[in-house]
Amino acid sequence: MLEFSFWDILSNLLLAARWTVLLSVIAFVAGGLAGLLVLMARVAPVPPLQRLAKLYIELFQGTPLLMQLFIVFFALPLVGIETSPWTAAALALTLFTSAYLAEIWRGCVEAVPKGQWEASASLAMGFSEQMRWVVLPQALRIAVPPTVGFSVQVVKGTAVTSIIGFVEITKAGTMITNATFQPFLVYGLVGLLYFALCYPLSLSAKALERKLNVAR
Amino acid sequence: MSLVKLSGIRKSFGSVEVLKGVDMTVREGEVVAMIGRSGSGKSTLLRSVNGLERIDAGVIEVDGECVDPGQIDLRALRLKVGMVFQQFNLFPHLSAGENVMLALKVVKRMGKADTRAAAEQALARVGLGHKFDAYPSQLSGGQQQRVAIARSLAMQPKVLLCDEITSALDPELVNEVLSVVRKLAEEGMTLILVTHEMRFAREVCDQLVFMHGGRIIEQGPPVALFDRPSTPELAQFVGMVEAR
Repeated sequence: MLEFSFWDILSNLLLAARWTVLLSVIAFVAGGLAGLLVLMARVAPVPPLQRLAKLYIELFQGTPLLMQLFIVFFALPLVGIETSPWTAAALALTLFTSAYLAEIWRGCVEAVPKGQWEASASLAMGFSEQMRWVVLPQALRIAVPPTVGFSVQVVKGTAVTSIIGFVEITKAGTMITNATFQPFLVYGLVGLLYFALCYPLSLSAKALERKLNVAR
Repeated sequence: MSLVKLSGIRKSFGSVEVLKGVDMTVREGEVVAMIGRSGSGKSTLLRSVNGLERIDAGVIEVDGECVDPGQIDLRALRLKVGMVFQQFNLFPHLSAGENVMLALKVVKRMGKADTRAAAEQALARVGLGHKFDAYPSQLSGGQQQRVAIARSLAMQPKVLLCDEITSALDPELVNEVLSVVRKLAEEGMTLILVTHEMRFAREVCDQLVFMHGGRIIEQGPPVALFDRPSTPELAQFVGMVEAR
């Protein structure tokens, strides 16, 4: 039987961690862009758009990420769209992230005083001009800490993609455990790797919060 | 010639009717103060002139631009009507100059040099030409309110609405704002003010409008209204104010 050294285990997990990081980055960036669109729809003065965005947000907040992943992975092929674990994982996490970010940012937009909307409206600005030049720049300051904080959820969320066979840290951990029969060591390392990814994000969220609080 | 014409304005908040059919005209160059107790509907009426309060019935006409309750696009109206608020509402992330320039740039799409020149001129008009690069948080309340006035003026509105613009100021800062308003009045700007500064109203305004219970119940030249109120409500209001 093959022997696995500690270094073998760790190096394989680290290689798999690349995919966790890449998937997180894709989900966060694409989810952020999509989330911005959902946010605009959510706060636009157009009631049907608001309702649609609200439904979207509640749908993704009200169902487990795992179910969303299954639906994307198993349902899309039924309608003739072939998905690899990669695309299914990226798509499901993007949708999930966009819904949460839109809701976080909506809170930030609503924290901007009503007088800012009224003053810009009085200057004949339309909704998109108000958002672009007056409201979003102010909401952004408030939004940075919770947004960075949420990125931790995205990183941890990538773990469920192991279920559909996407090889990131968790899946790699399972595979290595099956070969080495050392679950405690392997999953311990997996946990540490997640912590190493997430803890700096949490710390920077806290630091940003302090910094932005001082600035205003 | 009438510049602003309000006819049959009605507005309810839930089951409370705050404007019960208000008619009012303001001629070009006229300075009109709306007075009355809080809850009389004067602020709501003022805010309906530029569409910040959606009216339930009636027509608002400003310089040929008509708005009725069904109107969605208020841009044309708001280009003719400037507004200054009690809480200044400057954009805190922009400097004084940028506050003034923003709408010139994104609404009027003026060129860079023109925008800058117009903003400098507007700030100079309120005596703050030297504060172009200062941020709102670095300015006193009175200075912030003057920047807000400059921001509205730069858009070259036909009429300027002032909603209790000195009420949030410390007493020693009230006069610098009022003297700017007085200067605008002398220059022929059409102004509609909601104010509690009765002495100012008396000295500067051409017309006084007394609102009570969602209606205009008296209007006319300030001296006549203050000295010979013809309704008990106004008599009581004047007595109350002068007793202060």
